[in-house]
Amino acid sequence: MIRASDVHKRFGAVEVLKGVSLDVDKGEVIAVIGPSGSGKSTFLRCLIHLETIHRGNIEIEGEALVSTNAQGLCQYVPPADINRVCRKMGMVFQHFNLFPHLTVLQNLIEAPLTVKGVLKDEIVPKAEALLRKVGLFDKRNSYPSRLSGGQKQRVAIARALAMEPDIMLFDEPTSALDPELTGEVLSTMRELAEERMTMIVVTHEMAFAREVAGRVVFMDGGVVVEARPARELFAAPEHPRTRAFLEKML
Amino acid sequence: MDYIATILPPLLQGSAVTLQVFLITLVLAVPLGLGLALLRISRFGFLSTLVNGYIWLMRGTPLMLQMLFIYFALPFIPVIGIRLPDFPAAILAFVLNYAAYFAEIFRAGIQSIDRGQYEGAKVLGMTYPQTMRRIVLPQVLKRILPPMSNETITLVKDTSLIYVLAMNDLLRAARGIVQRDFTTSPFVVAAAFYLIMTLVLTYGFQRLEKKYAVYDE
Repeated sequence: MIRASDVHKRFGAVEVLKGVSLDVDKGEVIAVIGPSGSGKSTFLRCLIHLETIHRGNIEIEGEALVSTNAQGLCQYVPPADINRVCRKMGMVFQHFNLFPHLTVLQNLIEAPLTVKGVLKDEIVPKAEALLRKVGLFDKRNSYPSRLSGGQKQRVAIARALAMEPDIMLFDEPTSALDPELTGEVLSTMRELAEERMTMIVVTHEMAFAREVAGRVVFMDGGVVVEARPARELFAAPEHPRTRAFLEKML
Repeated sequence: MDYIATILPPLLQGSAVTLQVFLITLVLAVPLGLGLALLRISRFGFLSTLVNGYIWLMRGTPLMLQMLFIYFALPFIPVIGIRLPDFPAAILAFVLNYAAYFAEIFRAGIQSIDRGQYEGAKVLGMTYPQTMRRIVLPQVLKRILPPMSNETITLVKDTSLIYVLAMNDLLRAARGIVQRDFTTSPFVVAAAFYLIMTLVLTYGFQRLEKKYAVYDE
């Protein structure tokens, strides 16, 4: 589904990603963990072109997004192709990024209407079904400011799903929530995982990573230190840095 | 009372001129200002600098001077020099001047929108124009209503400057009667007219603010 290799990313002189590689298969749930500043969010943002990379290759469902040739020239595909390739993915942010001037239902149908050109009669029932699924059908006509953090994040998940992506990216989806609200978001994500959605989740929720993720990627200092099946990694971390990090977190 | 009834017709005629200048300027300067703001924040450095210079020029010189220049000096400029009648000359000056102020209001509004809104729209596949039209500008509108209200009220009163081109706006009509009849009551009536116009505007903007108050940010 996703093939990223040797991804390098600089912010000015600071190299945030120093050659990150990751292959994700269909239906896999990957948790990306690591200390803050390790580059895990940046890596996720590179996959969906919110950041541009300086070297490396990214391929989504067999289609190139960016590739680097033998001479080291890093080239993105044309803008129209970038848009098409990235539309295979949906993304959920730490700070929701809901559209405050639109109601919950309008948030869900906006992109299908303007981007895909779907008819309103078609998308509204689908959007309502998604809202039922995340348990927020009764909030469909509310504005986001009326919702709790957990409700906002579930709307954001439903909004991403309304575009019918094959892959879902989650960038610290519970980090901005009060502790008692993380559960509802995590259980929505767990349901999604049970439906075999391909997911990459950048998270600090170790319990979620252990229980839901198939594979856990530990990043530190802009590189992947360790990437192994969740059970193995939590039971017996190989690398001392992974061990030190897990000791602090658990 | 009878006297006021006799001076009403010329004052109403003057008001019509005032309102025409006001409305035409508003209708033309708002979209032009939006266009300038979008260029100003665009990644085309040259255009951005050019717009920046334009805004400096328009805000840095008096509107009256700009009007006099367009009416009297423009005809003598090679290539672009054309002689405009008084009404179009006044409109041109007002539109060019007010577009600069509106551009800065729009720019402030657009730049106050959180980057996350652009990212949220982008990961849903929306293009930059779609994001602007559907996500950013509707939110900008709510935020810029107070400064826009300010600026349009100023515009109503600034229309009185067209007297320098000998056009009969509300204030000039009043002054004409004052000088003819040796009484200051036309000024009072003119003031009442201006107050009514700004009252309507204030009410309109308050209605808009109420309408947009359905959502918080």
